[in-house]
Amino acid sequence: VLSKVARSPCFQKEDSQSEPSGERTKVAARFSRDCRSQTAGCWLQGASAAQEGDRARKFTDKHEWVSVENGIGTVGISDFAQEALGDVVYCSLPEVGTKLSKHDEFGALESVKAASELYSPLSGEVTEINAALADNPGLVNKSCYQDGWLIKMTVANPAELDELMTEDAYEKYIKSIED
Amino acid sequence: MLRAGCRAALPRRPLGSAARRGAGGAGAGEEGLKQTPLDALHRARGGRMVPFAGWTLPLHYGQGHLQSHLHTRRHCSLFDVSHMLQTLVYGRDRVRFMESLVVGDIAELKPGQGTLTLLTNEKGGITDDLIVTNTSEDHLYVVSNAACADKDLAILRDRAAQLQATGSDVHVEVSDNALLALQGPSMARVLQAGLSDDLAKLSFMNSVTTTVFGVPGCRVTRCGYTGEDGVEISVPAARAVELAEQFLGVPDVWLAGLAARDSLRLEAGLCLYGNDIDETVTPAEAGLMWTLGRSTSTSSLGQAEKQSVPSGYKGTSQASPTLTHLCPAGKRRRVAMDFPGAAVIMAQVKEKPRRRRVGLTSVGPAIRPHMAILGPEGRPVGTVTSGCPSPCLGKNIAMGYVEAAHSRTGTKLTVEVRKKQHPAVITKMPFVPTHYYMAK
Repeated sequence: VLSKVARSPCFQKEDSQSEPSGERTKVAARFSRDCRSQTAGCWLQGASAAQEGDRARKFTDKHEWVSVENGIGTVGISDFAQEALGDVVYCSLPEVGTKLSKHDEFGALESVKAASELYSPLSGEVTEINAALADNPGLVNKSCYQDGWLIKMTVANPAELDELMTEDAYEKYIKSIED
Repeated sequence: MLRAGCRAALPRRPLGSAARRGAGGAGAGEEGLKQTPLDALHRARGGRMVPFAGWTLPLHYGQGHLQSHLHTRRHCSLFDVSHMLQTLVYGRDRVRFMESLVVGDIAELKPGQGTLTLLTNEKGGITDDLIVTNTSEDHLYVVSNAACADKDLAILRDRAAQLQATGSDVHVEVSDNALLALQGPSMARVLQAGLSDDLAKLSFMNSVTTTVFGVPGCRVTRCGYTGEDGVEISVPAARAVELAEQFLGVPDVWLAGLAARDSLRLEAGLCLYGNDIDETVTPAEAGLMWTLGRSTSTSSLGQAEKQSVPSGYKGTSQASPTLTHLCPAGKRRRVAMDFPGAAVIMAQVKEKPRRRRVGLTSVGPAIRPHMAILGPEGRPVGTVTSGCPSPCLGKNIAMGYVEAAHSRTGTKLTVEVRKKQHPAVITKMPFVPTHYYMAK
């Protein structure tokens, strides 16, 4: 989702002006959008699958993550990416059934400031999209590894997973681009 | 390219321009970027710093863009706008000097009164938009865009030298002051606590020099870039942090950065130089002919112009106080045609511009700069120049230029967003009602 990292060497987190997260949810909910959701599946099941797959989460150099369970990959963006994007107000996601090749652009996340394209970590077919994001796009910021997942897809070529970074490798990668 | 979060909307200035601020003012930061007097304060309070027009400035703070934007409309935000160019023009011939460069009626400004005006070029294009104030002291006070600072200063200095060579009395000086903008419905209450002047008597676009929270020599101008009631305070650099901290000591006041500044001004229907207006656009195309004074013409151009003029700028049916102060009362400059590019501009007025600046609204993915605007036959009829999701409205807003034939309010067009076409409708601006203050 981020193909060029903005350098902000002097950024310091400072909570002096933060509001309770409830307010943030309310604000994000104003942006009611249709994410072209066609899913009839139970995405709650998808959420717990993501939790079980934590150990197996792999990352792309564009800051997407994928976690595979029972042949289905759950895709989202990393904490680093959601932080850099800012408040997500709209998610453009593909229709169920869309066939993706690795690196294909499959959608975009909009903040007030700009839109950032999403790139598929794997080749496969979209089986589900996260319906919750239509009314609550801020989930991508609040819970990027759990409730803020974006799509689920089949894994056409499991070998592609080996080309992705482990969580440790990704942490190192982030440090190297931040310096 | 990371287009989210960390890059501001305006083109960046090349590095290497000599720092204009003197001692006690801005220093040099990373990569040669200039720092405002509030640099350390921004960083200490969680400012996410980005390069902008040759300066390092905060994009937003810990609470994020959305919260900051909404807080400004509900309460009060403090912006550091010290990067803007502040110049003082002295001399007996300062008004004639200024009018030789801008379209506005500077001579009619009462003491303390300012106006938004335009520097134009010989082709009738807009060189910059700026505020010129006739101070009740011996000078004009001019605030112009940071991105145009080098360009503007060269123009001002060259013209001053020309006039001086023929015996005129005019002198241009750059101010070292910091510039703080305090904007929002709570501004008046917050600021009044630090003023002995009665803020109720200070109308939109008027200016006084006074002491603010114990800091003397501050110029307070009731104006801004958000559409809310607000002030911009020009404060001696050495005491800028002190003054900022006075404001921030009030719980109602939050710091706000470039991100909120851009979404607020777009909701207010205000142009951003470099996006919505530039050297290739005339005031006629941009719907800014009101800067030349009121037209008494009843031509259809006047009607179309009203549609594209931010309704806060001219007398309108809006319930809240209107901005007739902003528009020069007469048409002296239109008639005299004594500003750069006058022949081109007035010819366009007569024949009607072929393209017009319009507002657009849509739902779905946001409309962003450079996206194509398509007409009823699916043919491109224009381009987007600014756009974002509106935090207040919950839909997308944008500005762009379209062929005159398709520029009426209510026209349904489509915009191409990442290769898909989405419906958009031409909408009157401001998108969100403005709240400029008029003294009774």
